[in-house]
Amino acid sequence: MAVEPGKIVDVTAAMITAPVTATDWLVIAPVVIPILFGALLLMFRHEMRWHGIVALIGLGAMVGTEVALLLHVLANGPLSMTMGSWLPPFGISFTADALGATFALTSGIVAFICAIFAIRDINVSGRRYGFYPFLMLLMAGVSGAFLTGDIFNLYVWFEVFVISSFGLLILGSEKAQIDGATKYAILNLVATTLFLIATGYLYGTFGTLNMADIARKAEGLRGTAPLMTLASLYLLAFGMKAAAFPVNFWLPASYHTPRIVTAALFGGLLTKIGVYALLRTLVMLFPVERSVLADLIGWVAILTMVLGVMGALAQSDTRRIFGFLVISGVGVMLAGLALGTQTGLSGAILYAVHSMLVMTALYLLTGMMKELGGSFSLRELAGLYRSTPLLTAIALVLALAVAGLPPGSGLWPKVLLVKASLEANQWALAGAVLLSGFLTTIALGRVFILAFWRDREASAPKAQATNTASPILGYGVLLALMVPIVVLGVYPEPFIKIADIAASGLLHNAGYISAVFPVGGG
Amino acid sequence: MRTLIFRTAAPYLTSLMLLFSVFVLLRGHNEPGGGFIGGLIAASAFAIYGIAFGVPEVRRSMYFHPMAISGFGLFLAALSGLLSYVFHVPFLTGIWTSPSLFGITVDLSTVMFFDIGVYLVVVGSITSIALALEEREDG
Repeated sequence: MAVEPGKIVDVTAAMITAPVTATDWLVIAPVVIPILFGALLLMFRHEMRWHGIVALIGLGAMVGTEVALLLHVLANGPLSMTMGSWLPPFGISFTADALGATFALTSGIVAFICAIFAIRDINVSGRRYGFYPFLMLLMAGVSGAFLTGDIFNLYVWFEVFVISSFGLLILGSEKAQIDGATKYAILNLVATTLFLIATGYLYGTFGTLNMADIARKAEGLRGTAPLMTLASLYLLAFGMKAAAFPVNFWLPASYHTPRIVTAALFGGLLTKIGVYALLRTLVMLFPVERSVLADLIGWVAILTMVLGVMGALAQSDTRRIFGFLVISGVGVMLAGLALGTQTGLSGAILYAVHSMLVMTALYLLTGMMKELGGSFSLRELAGLYRSTPLLTAIALVLALAVAGLPPGSGLWPKVLLVKASLEANQWALAGAVLLSGFLTTIALGRVFILAFWRDREASAPKAQATNTASPILGYGVLLALMVPIVVLGVYPEPFIKIADIAASGLLHNAGYISAVFPVGGG
Repeated sequence: MRTLIFRTAAPYLTSLMLLFSVFVLLRGHNEPGGGFIGGLIAASAFAIYGIAFGVPEVRRSMYFHPMAISGFGLFLAALSGLLSYVFHVPFLTGIWTSPSLFGITVDLSTVMFFDIGVYLVVVGSITSIALALEEREDG
């Protein structure tokens, strides 16, 4: 409202009056920066030569703020800012804790690397159809989902990145892409609708949408309010987003159709947002309900792990194989959610970080295999070991990482999860984690033997490399992505420590609540 | 729809609707209206113009590509929130100023620029959808 000059209105009862420092802006910067750059790219849609570099500057700035945010959160606890100066829960709060900041940073790094890979992978027509603007807006949605502290706002960011992902999926307008995108769109809309229904129901029950406010009111409402229903609805909605069995069928139907960079981004990021939302709602908001649902979540996790990797064993298209491995990985994270203990949750969080990195790397690897070997199909790929030793080395380390063997990053989260399962006497979960790791080794070993080790038959027509551009940039990008994967494998202590902080932030939400409501009032 | 009556009426209708959309946009702060509804009215004005004279004519008279317009709207909306940084208040806080122009006090605020941004996003995106659909019909 415009205040007439000379008239002083007391607004302290409704508005935040304390000045906001530059550090507080860290919580919103990873969302505002991609929106600004996405808007700029949209305005200058036809200056396609500059798209790549502008997007890289934007994503670089975003990653920079995310690093600063994570360091700040680790040092000082959760950081919160409420939009428009309105007091929470009336204003929309952005609240970053260690979990959100870690996921945001990892996704930012993945997006940055994908944007570099896209410089060579996305051609002029892809740029004309707006690859980079979509990428920026996708990242705005992803960061927003990880950093928001308001459950309806979470829904909005889900919409933002889902709509951007539609655009990225159909880039190129091929028939298979439209087919995949339709399935993806319809199934995602069903999940989003469930999410919205659950949120409407939650608002009717609690009268608030602020997650910190819900967390502190849940205890008092437990006796009378239908919290079980809410938790189950969220489990179904986010389980669908995360591609958990039996609502995972949309993922294999669509992830093999788009450009390889898009598939890498989706495989790396999108399912993890579902997992993040599950952790946030079920562990932080409805912990009692989660422990009632734990057996169900455990079975869902076991089936997702095992059936996902079995799907991978049955495929011959490398992109479909990796799609099923994404699903199997979601099962591993759900195992941590089913356990709900400190160790189990930090295992799940560490596995999510690992999974963002390796799944993106796997898809980029398959893009390189297609370029250098001429095909996505295991029936046609052969002899890559002789022609591309460097790619073979990368593929080997990556396969070990995904399967959870040293020196890759998959080992430690699985160690944590198995340890937590044994502590909780959940033998079935521990067995399933180990079995799925074993089957993943077989699935990726099959890819490795057929595509790399098998000699090309002399009579077979040599498949032509499809991209004549030099593969140096592709190798550089893959190697850059291998660095965190290997570091996470050989020197895991700092990462485990961060995951521990994130997990205890979920289990003991007092820090999160006091970041939003400093004096306990509001 | 190239009838004489419609083609004669369309330019008047379009300009009236565009004027009205700006009125609705500015009225929106304290009364019913605002950027979203104003943008829809403006987009329908462009659609009417397109039905009467064809899509190329609309694109020529709009000068900027509709997508670029919505990009600018998004940019403007985000910038109006960023102005809070300078004043040490949280993102998207409304900041007001009341300069006096020729003896008339004009209340300007970041809220208004945000709303203009919304208006442009809606005009740009809905117009580009409408034009793409009309083009398909012509071709």
